[in-house]
Amino acid sequence: MDNRNSKAWLYLLPAILFLGVFMVYPLVDVFIYSFEEGYNSASQTFFGVGGYNYSYVLHDPYFLQALKNTFILVVITVPLSTGIALLISLGLSSIKPLKNLFQTVYFLPYVTNTLAVGLVFMILFKKTPYTDGLANLVLSLFSAGPVDFIDGPYWAKMFVLCFYTIWVVMPFKILILTSALASVKQDYYNAAKIDGTSKFRMFRKITLPMISPMLFYLIITGFIGAFKAYSDAVALFGTNLNAAEMNTIVGYVYDMLYGDSGGFPSYASAAAIILFVIVLTITCINLLVSRKHVHY
Amino acid sequence: MSKPVNYETIEKAARTREKVKNAVVYTFLTLWAIMVLFPFYWMLLTSVKSYGSYSSEYIPKFFTLSPTFQNYVDAFTTVPLGQYFLNTLIFTVITTAVMLIVIIPAAFAFARLNFRGKNALFTLFLSLMMIPNELVIITNYTTVTNLDLRNTFLGLILPSVTSVFYIYLLKENFAQIPDELYYAAKVDGTSDLKYLLRVMIPICKPTIVTVTILKVIECWNSYVWPRLVTDDPAYYLVSNGIQEIRENGFGRENIPAMMAAVVVISVPLIVLFLIFRKKIMEGVARGGTKG
Repeated sequence: MDNRNSKAWLYLLPAILFLGVFMVYPLVDVFIYSFEEGYNSASQTFFGVGGYNYSYVLHDPYFLQALKNTFILVVITVPLSTGIALLISLGLSSIKPLKNLFQTVYFLPYVTNTLAVGLVFMILFKKTPYTDGLANLVLSLFSAGPVDFIDGPYWAKMFVLCFYTIWVVMPFKILILTSALASVKQDYYNAAKIDGTSKFRMFRKITLPMISPMLFYLIITGFIGAFKAYSDAVALFGTNLNAAEMNTIVGYVYDMLYGDSGGFPSYASAAAIILFVIVLTITCINLLVSRKHVHY
Repeated sequence: MSKPVNYETIEKAARTREKVKNAVVYTFLTLWAIMVLFPFYWMLLTSVKSYGSYSSEYIPKFFTLSPTFQNYVDAFTTVPLGQYFLNTLIFTVITTAVMLIVIIPAAFAFARLNFRGKNALFTLFLSLMMIPNELVIITNYTTVTNLDLRNTFLGLILPSVTSVFYIYLLKENFAQIPDELYYAAKVDGTSDLKYLLRVMIPICKPTIVTVTILKVIECWNSYVWPRLVTDDPAYYLVSNGIQEIRENGFGRENIPAMMAAVVVISVPLIVLFLIFRKKIMEGVARGGTKG
C-alpha cells in the first residue's frame, strides 16, 4: 500500500510543485503583502502591519477612476452582449442553410489576438489630421460631427471600449447558447404546437427555462470576465491608461506593480484583493438570484 | 354553420409569414457577420495600401486598385517581427509541451490510482480553479524578479504552465475508461506507466488534442505576464511586439505597415482554427473561458 501511495504522489509531484510555487504560495503571499506597510521591493523591508495599503488604494483618484470605468463597462457590456448573443443564437438555431458558415464566422474573434485586432479598432475609430476615420464617416451620414473616439471625450472612449469588449466576448456566448438551444428536446415544442401555443409563449415557457442554467453560467462568467477587463483597453488606448482616463482595476494593479508608476507590490496586492472581493460578492449575488430563476 | 375555410389563403399567408421571418433572421445574422468580418477585411485592405495612398485618403476607400506587398517587407525588416514570432513560437511550444507532461500524470493519478488524501487533494485542486490570475501574478512577478529570471524564456514559461482546469477536464475523460481494461492490463503484468502511455493516452487523444489547442491559443494571445517580465525587445512575444510597434515602431503614422504586422500575427491562429474548427469549438464549449 505504501509503495502504491508513493507512486501516486510521484505522478502528482510535477503538478503539485508547479501549483504550489506559482499558485498556492503567491495566494498566501498576496495577503501578507497587502498588509505590509511601506514595503520596499529593493531592500525587501517594511515599516509595519496594518490596513494602510487598502486605505491608500481606496483614496487614490486613479483607483477610483479605474473602479468607475470597470463598473460602467460591466453594467453596459454584460447585459448587452448576453442579450445580443441570445438573439443571434435564436436566429442561428432557426435556420438550416449557411448555419455552419455563420457559426464559423462568428467564432473568429475568439482565436484572434486581442492586442492585434484592437489596433484595427483603434484605426477605425481614430481621428487624425489626415483622416477622420471610418467611424466618423459613418457618423457623417447622419450628419453628426466628427468625434475623436480614441483621444476625445470620455463617453466616446467608453463607447469604443464597450463596443470592442462586446465584439471580443460574443463568440464564446454565441457558441454556448447555440449548443444550449440545440439540446432542448424538440418534443416539448411539438407538444406546445399541438396546443396552439404562440411562438413568444413557447420561448418564455419552454426555451428560456430549458437554457436558463447555461444563460446564468454565461452571466456569471461574463461578470467575472468584464471585471477583469484590461487587454482590450490597452489595445485601444495604449499602455498609459491613466492618462487616457480609461484604466481598469486590473490595469491599476499592473500599473502599481510595473511600469512608470510601478514598484508598489503592496498597493497592487491590496487592489487585487479588493477586486477579488468585488468579484466574489457579485458572483455570490448572481448565484443567489439564479437559485430562484434557474430550472435544472 | 361557419363559413367554409379557405385553406389556400391560410397556407399562403403562412408561407409569406415564413418568408418574411426568414428574411429578417438572415438579414440580422448577415449584419452581425459583417460586423465580425469587417475589421479583418479592413486590416487586410489597409495592409496592402501603400503608405502614400493611405495618407492621402481623407475619406478612406473601401478597396484598392494597386495593392502592394511593401508593407509586409517593412514589417519584417524595419521592426523585429520575425524575432517576436520566433519567441512566441518557442514560448508556445515549450509551455504547451511542459503542461502536457505535468497534467497527464496528475490526471492519471486522480482518475486511476488510489492513495491516501486523494479526495482532499482533488478538492484543493478544484478550489484553485477559482483563484483569479490577478491575485497570484503579483507574487509571481516578485519571485521571477528575485530569481533573476526576467527577460528569460524560463521566467516567461514557468508560471504559465499550470492549468488546474485542464487537469480536471482530462481526469474526467480518463475516468470514463472502464476499469476492466485496467485490471486486464494488470493481469498481463503491464505497469501503470505503460498502461497510461499505451491505453489511456490513445483512447483520450481527442481530449488531449483539445486541451493542446486551447493552450496554444492561450499562449499565442497571452499579453499580461509577458509584458510584466520582459522589457527587452529580444524576448517580446507578438502581443508585446504589436504594442511596441504601435508605440515606437514604424513611426506612429505608418498605419499600413502596422496592419501588415497585425495580419501576420493573426494568420497562424486563424489557419489553425480553420483546420481544427470542430475540435476547437467543441473544446471551447466544454472548457473555454473568455467572456
